[in-house]
Amino acid sequence: MSLAHRIIPCLDTDGARVVKGVNFVGLRDAGDPAQLAARYNSEGADELVVLDIAASRDRRPTFLETIRRVAAELAIPLTAGGGIRTVEDARSVVRAGADKITVNTAAVERPALITELSAEFGSQAVVLALDAKFEPAINAWDVRVRGGRDSACLDALCWAQRSVELGAGEILLTSMDRDGTQSGFDVALTSVISRAVSVPVISSGGAKTPDHFAQIFSEGAADAALAASIFHDNVQSIRELKQFLALRHIEVRLPC
Amino acid sequence: MTIALIDYGAGNVPSVERALQRLGATSQRVTDPSCWASASAIILPGVGHYSAIIRALDERNLRPALLDSISRGVPFLGICLGLQALYSSSEEAPSLSGLGLMPGVVKSLPHSVKLPHMGWNRLSIVRPSALLQGLSEFDYFYFAHTFAALNADSNCDAVATCNHGSPFTAVLERGRVFATQFHPEKSGAPGARLLQNFLSLAALSPLT
Repeated sequence: MSLAHRIIPCLDTDGARVVKGVNFVGLRDAGDPAQLAARYNSEGADELVVLDIAASRDRRPTFLETIRRVAAELAIPLTAGGGIRTVEDARSVVRAGADKITVNTAAVERPALITELSAEFGSQAVVLALDAKFEPAINAWDVRVRGGRDSACLDALCWAQRSVELGAGEILLTSMDRDGTQSGFDVALTSVISRAVSVPVISSGGAKTPDHFAQIFSEGAADAALAASIFHDNVQSIRELKQFLALRHIEVRLPC
Repeated sequence: MTIALIDYGAGNVPSVERALQRLGATSQRVTDPSCWASASAIILPGVGHYSAIIRALDERNLRPALLDSISRGVPFLGICLGLQALYSSSEEAPSLSGLGLMPGVVKSLPHSVKLPHMGWNRLSIVRPSALLQGLSEFDYFYFAHTFAALNADSNCDAVATCNHGSPFTAVLERGRVFATQFHPEKSGAPGARLLQNFLSLAALSPLT
């Protein structure tokens, strides 16, 4: 008996609607967040992540209402993020129904934010979202911020370890090299980070086939795997994915 | 029946509320002891740091009323930190006193495994419990914690254990005091069944 590997669908939203697009280019509507949440809840998703990729101040109330609508559909944990810069921002997201919060650019700019959030909500509620891109010049992964557009000039492995020291309870690790490619998760990146930190790591970016998931759990040492469009578009059903993994002797929570 | 849901600001209060609503039960958030005199059951949800729940119980003067209700036999369900609060103290905040209804000290799970213990895990059922009626060792429940009542220290009231680096109490029962280390409100259908079992127990319990 051991902890099940988690399958986590992600809803990227513009605050109100689920959107799709690579690097914020050519965004298109992919559905109603609450409807998708209800579907994933019943299909056996282990958690749900909902992100506000626009994260503009004036659309904040809209995103909080989206969190409320999504939370009402779920009997599984909900993580929300995008634009959280202060403890107060996080509190409004938690009050709206999120169990965990993700921080990304704001934590790079002011690492103490992680400690403040951890003190307020507990480390189990603080997820560091880390976007990493391989830089051949340094033969290492660089941290990217502002939706992956800018380099933070920060070594991804060092930042992952530092965030845990500061109080992060989980790392949502996205490979900017694989994101949107559907060529498989970044096994090398995930394995390096996951084996170097004491907290669970969620691998994200590049998933398409059930084999990709099997590989990231067995070789990549991921504790959870996240994907978006393959679930939204019914390319991959969560139920069938879990059955596939169970047959490969990878522990998953099989839906009833 | 009225369920008093102790609200000390914990993040999972709305989730518990929603889970109870789905079962057709109404709960009332209570923030001070005068509100729950007529409650037929009490739920203490919790998530986060041990000091937050203990400080809140004392700052809001909830501790004596809670202990009094429990001693009168009002059915009680503690969730996550609400389980840990029943013990004498916790390594997470050694200077604070817990409710002291269970012997022993809440300790950290070993660092040989990833912490927090985050995600879905199964139970080893130690003895039959009305709270676990209809549930089995095949069911998964959602955990999110670093500290726990480790078995070596205190397992006499455990009706189910879980293992993450070390065995620990996942469900405890003593008289009408029940508690779970996992979050039934976040544990899908099995979690809903456990809450339903608690509601059934509470409705059947004659108050003294």
